[in-house]
Amino acid sequence: MASMIVADALVRAGHDVKQSEVHGMAQRGGSVFSHIRWGSDVDSPLVPAGSAEVLAAFEWAEAIRWVEYVRDGGAVVADIRTIIPPGACTDRRSWATRYPDIDAGLFDGRHIKTRLIDASSTATELGNVRAANSVILGSVAAFLDIDDVHWEAAIASLVPRGTVEINIAAFRAGRTVSDAEVPQQVPDPDGFPGPHQIEIRHEWCKGCDICSRFCPEFCLEVDIDGKLVVVNADACTGCRLCELLCPDFAITIRPPLEPAIAAGPTDATGSST
Amino acid sequence: MTVDAAPHKKVSTGVLLSGNEAIARGAVEAGALIAVGYPGTPSTEILESIADRTDIDVRWAPNEKVALDVALGASLGGIRALATMKHVGLNVAADTFMTMAYTGVGAGLVIACADDPGMHSSQNEQDTRAYARMAGVPLLEPSDSAEAKAFTALAFDISEEFDTPVLIRTTTRVSHNRGVVKLGSRADKPVIGFQHNPKKYVMIPGHARARRPVFLDRLKRLSKYAETSPLTVELDGTSTFGVITSGIAHHYVREVLPDARVLKLGMSYPIPVARIREFAETVDRLFVVEELDPIVENDLHAAGINVEGKTFFPQIGELNPDTVRRGFAAAGILPPQISIEPAPPTVARPPLMCPGCPHTPPFLVLKRIGAVVTGDIGCYTLAALQPLAAMDTCVAMGSSIGMAIGLAASGGADGPVVATIGDSTFLHGGIPGLADAVYSQANITVLILDNGTTAMTGGQEHPGTGLTLQGSDTIPVDFVALCRSLGVRDVRVIDPYDVAATYAALEGAAAFVGPSVVITNRPCVEAPMKIRDLPYEVIADACTACQACMTAGCPSIIWSDETFEGRRKVYIDTDTCTGCTLCAQLCPPLAIVPINKTKESTSV
Repeated sequence: MASMIVADALVRAGHDVKQSEVHGMAQRGGSVFSHIRWGSDVDSPLVPAGSAEVLAAFEWAEAIRWVEYVRDGGAVVADIRTIIPPGACTDRRSWATRYPDIDAGLFDGRHIKTRLIDASSTATELGNVRAANSVILGSVAAFLDIDDVHWEAAIASLVPRGTVEINIAAFRAGRTVSDAEVPQQVPDPDGFPGPHQIEIRHEWCKGCDICSRFCPEFCLEVDIDGKLVVVNADACTGCRLCELLCPDFAITIRPPLEPAIAAGPTDATGSST
Repeated sequence: MTVDAAPHKKVSTGVLLSGNEAIARGAVEAGALIAVGYPGTPSTEILESIADRTDIDVRWAPNEKVALDVALGASLGGIRALATMKHVGLNVAADTFMTMAYTGVGAGLVIACADDPGMHSSQNEQDTRAYARMAGVPLLEPSDSAEAKAFTALAFDISEEFDTPVLIRTTTRVSHNRGVVKLGSRADKPVIGFQHNPKKYVMIPGHARARRPVFLDRLKRLSKYAETSPLTVELDGTSTFGVITSGIAHHYVREVLPDARVLKLGMSYPIPVARIREFAETVDRLFVVEELDPIVENDLHAAGINVEGKTFFPQIGELNPDTVRRGFAAAGILPPQISIEPAPPTVARPPLMCPGCPHTPPFLVLKRIGAVVTGDIGCYTLAALQPLAAMDTCVAMGSSIGMAIGLAASGGADGPVVATIGDSTFLHGGIPGLADAVYSQANITVLILDNGTTAMTGGQEHPGTGLTLQGSDTIPVDFVALCRSLGVRDVRVIDPYDVAATYAALEGAAAFVGPSVVITNRPCVEAPMKIRDLPYEVIADACTACQACMTAGCPSIIWSDETFEGRRKVYIDTDTCTGCTLCAQLCPPLAIVPINKTKESTSV
């Protein structure tokens, strides 16, 4: 929708326009992008790398992903909103998320002007968080030479009826909105020196399968003889679900072996005392 | 709202239309009276963009072959017909396609087939231009929206003049690119009526043998037409070399070499060999820039014309201005490209099943019961990715069932064999597989993920939904009755949001000796309407950071900054949570609750 508004405003301003986007698989939470080119006679609908005037990023990690398309000295308008994909939350050793820190100076090396804005808050203050994209368009407009008449006509013709006023207000606010304060980054927790040790008291285990059904790391399995076996010992994070759920108290989870016990010299000292 | 009735798009120079909308518009202006297809990215919007018109019959067929059969029948009945599909859809329709080149058509018949170089949303990147050559069917290749409209209209004329089906081939960057198009008026094409002509339309060997020379003669006439056709355009330039282009590649060449001499092929089969030979004689080097396979390049090599192409331009994926520039740099035509500083590292964002997707719980169960899962084509194919990682194969529409039968027959599977297939895919290509499962008494379970729509392509109707593309009520296929009538003895219908019941049903079906079917009954949460219940949230104090909820891969659940015993606790993005309850059912300490419940408990 936002890219259609830009394309429509450019057509209204008398340009030849091509707007290219990708549908399909990308809609299922994947990275979605749209290129817009304008001029007297546009050939390629795709922007050659390093040549875009401005990148409108509706999310911070996407600003980084697409910045290659921006020309040196161009501009990036980025919402400070973060959408962290679940795939960034999978390292159960370090427990660090793989999401890049927000950094207004990240593209300084290429003399790219980075404008960080909090579009959602601005739109919420105006009365509807759904107008956030129009705030971003307002900030983008500051970098493009298109008369506001065309922008506002494009917005009025494309946004849902009944939201024209708020979207135009949001667009105007976007032109002048002050730079957002970068939220404070919380450091990642200290990693855990796993894996934990899984002890099974086989004489108490009746092979009921409850623990293996619930283990988030798929560490346990009931084998063909109905015997519980540890199949993925390295993955145990010590959550103790199996221990807590076992109706027969047959499982005990012990903390990881202290590095002190395993390492040579310390071990020698330890055993001498 | 019809395309030309969209008031917001009206500007003095024309309207902004996507390539797909422009193809539909071209068919409308050419007086087509029927348009039929099966959804598939990037072709889907062709039919959707004209579904609201009352002057053309616009329909979804259960698969591309049926679509092409319907189009052919309509054409023989004397009305102009458009069939639409994606590149792999033409494989399904190929049986009809190959022989309709022999029968020819009644009124004009055009097939719009959209290729997906780069596989944005496809399982392969086959090149439809090869099909044109195999079938002997002319192929037009528009390079933008304006051409998409004009070429489609012209294709109907070519179809009638030469008595042949005509292919319009687009690629993603033509189908999904909006450009300025000038609209024309709709031609009024009266119904010609069906002409009884068994020698032309009944392809028994005796008749087909007689059609073969007719077909070859037509190809000769088409080759002649290509030589003088307005579809072949020569662009003057100052270069000593020349470039042959077609489709979107044309614009990339113009972008990086605005002064080059270019021969643009609007019709890329048959190609105008004599015209190209003439052009070749006026240049010192001749390049072919084409997306995907070296098809025009090989044709020209075969004709003894010396051209250069895939030595410099990639055969894999989409072209773009940068790859074309690099190609011409490698060929010594352009100076080497200045490299751009690579972007800093960022997080990967692969596609995922949506928050609240009813497909998620059954796959979680299949993983837990150690099933070997043959998958199919649809949103649920995303279950192959981490963290669900619960799918072992995915090849083609409907393949899951036949592959499960073979896998079970091999004796090599290390767990119960389960075929997973969506409702639309099952109706498209799964039914014969299920008939074989019964026929061969295969020891498999078929999980039909019925979400009441064709979700992956954005939510299209199909014969199981009870609605047509143009919004009329119709009789929906009864999946349970269908499976029973095929002879499946064990058919279960489950609510996939009930995790325990889903476990019980899938384990029971897997234990059943012989073919069994499990059908899920929850609609897609995104299409045709967004389904949102009260969102859930995590009581942070109760969360033990066990990660049980994270095994579902729900995009609404991510790590919080709080930890428990060194592990990250989780939180739920209540803006995107649909309230499906899956995570709450997985949470052993019952830390996930509907949002108002927490407020109640904190206020007490």
